[in-house]
Amino acid sequence: MLVVSNRMVGPCATLLTLQYPGDLPDMIAGQFAELLVPSAKVLLRRPISIHAIDRVNNLVEFLIQIVGEGTQSLAELKQGDKVNVLLPLGNGFSYRTTHVARPLLVGGGVGVAPLLFLGQELAEHGIRPTFLFGGRTEDLILRKEEFIKYGDLFMTTEDGSAGEKGFVTNHSLLMDSESFDRIYACGPTPMLKAVARWAKEHETACEVSLEHRMACGIGACLCCVEDTADSGNVCVCKEGPVFNIDRLKWFN
Amino acid sequence: MVQLNTKIGSLELKNPVMTASGTFGYGTEYADFMDINRLGAIIVKGTTLNPRQGNPYPRMAETPSGMLNAVGLQNKGVDYFVDHIYPEVRKFQTNVIVNVSGSCIEDYVQCASIINTLDDIPAIELNISCPNVKQGGMAFGVKPESAAQVVSAVRKAYDKTLIVKLSPNVTDITEIARAVEGAGADSVSLINTMLGMAIDAEKRKPILSTITGGMSGPAVKPVALRMVWQTAKAVKIPVIGLGGICSATDAIEFLLAGAAAIQIGTANFIDPSISEKVVDGIQEYLERHGFNSVQEIIGALETD
Repeated sequence: MLVVSNRMVGPCATLLTLQYPGDLPDMIAGQFAELLVPSAKVLLRRPISIHAIDRVNNLVEFLIQIVGEGTQSLAELKQGDKVNVLLPLGNGFSYRTTHVARPLLVGGGVGVAPLLFLGQELAEHGIRPTFLFGGRTEDLILRKEEFIKYGDLFMTTEDGSAGEKGFVTNHSLLMDSESFDRIYACGPTPMLKAVARWAKEHETACEVSLEHRMACGIGACLCCVEDTADSGNVCVCKEGPVFNIDRLKWFN
Repeated sequence: MVQLNTKIGSLELKNPVMTASGTFGYGTEYADFMDINRLGAIIVKGTTLNPRQGNPYPRMAETPSGMLNAVGLQNKGVDYFVDHIYPEVRKFQTNVIVNVSGSCIEDYVQCASIINTLDDIPAIELNISCPNVKQGGMAFGVKPESAAQVVSAVRKAYDKTLIVKLSPNVTDITEIARAVEGAGADSVSLINTMLGMAIDAEKRKPILSTITGGMSGPAVKPVALRMVWQTAKAVKIPVIGLGGICSATDAIEFLLAGAAAIQIGTANFIDPSISEKVVDGIQEYLERHGFNSVQEIIGALETD
């Protein structure tokens, strides 16, 4: 795919926009891509969730947190460069097959990435989602201006620099557990577990997107497994990355 | 037209390119990316008598030009393979070889005899070299006596092509190769992964749940090439070479070192259509150098 643009959108995050050669394949929010890293130092592809798409211009956006050599190399891609990408991979959020009316989209850090695409998709289905994002500080909550196009945005920060001080599960939005009929969450595992625990306690359906270390991305190498109640260890890349929390063995 | 076909014992391959066990799933995972039927063979993931959950996550660590894995032979067991996987993979127009592993000799024998009954599985690869299981696996493959013991037991129960996959975690791999040849193996494949380790310095913890794991990828290629070269001189049975092959050139190096066929492993994760490209690349090399057959380059390394 062709690099259309690549620019920093936060202290350690880049927004990479790629153009697909031809019509975009159908993609579901929550699915991901495997990007070949343009560096001889890095062997494996990097799994990156689909952040947003533009079906008119066949563009796919990736919000990438720079955490190591692989993501650093991706951040250095220039307009006009080519990147080898496998997409779409995995299973996304269930909004196309499960009825949802009042969704809450919870994101932490770069975990907000797939929730923009999800917001876009929900908006196309006439549903206005609520976003609840957490970060250490305000500048680590990425792309706020994009999310508010599709729904209401609430925040928590650990230092109180934006929204309410604390973690997402402490937000006053969650005082009324009847407000939402389904939660879609993506972010660090401790946050996901806290959200999942809240959802269980309040009998709210909840889906989480996991970020495991992957090699192949297509269910062949069995490296990125998560233990499930129904099937034991399954590949996050192929069975996930989105799971209904009822399948996960987190709380039993 | 250049002849690409080769033989492993009585097993005919349309070309010397196979995919390595544990890196190619059951082949079906790769069907979207390439024509599986163009390969000489596919070796499906390690199968054991009973289902295995494998090791806990994390199971993988990336290393310079390589990776460590600690999957630990996760699979649903041979009965599941027979009932659910075999009906699918037998449709491929290529050789489907099952990698067989076990924690004791009796498990290997039982698993092999069940697979012996499957008409469309012409060979097994006996895994006596998995570094990621507590019992069995590599334990059998690091001593000539125990390697020969498991191979001769399986030989009695299995009458098709028997390939034995060897561990590089030994002082002298030729000694093990000769022992399994003497015990009735039709071929040896080498190398399985090298025992390695990765540490997260910030957390002062190992990265893998099992602390150690098996290293693969381009970083191990020189070691694999050396071991294939040594082994090809030491045994009369065909040697299958693997370890870090990422291109047709890599594959040709193994053929020159004496391998009758090669396997592609970790490279499948980086380019899911690499094995088909390697077939094309070998053909192009043979044409460019004026060879009529791939047989002309097997063991054709010029050392003086």
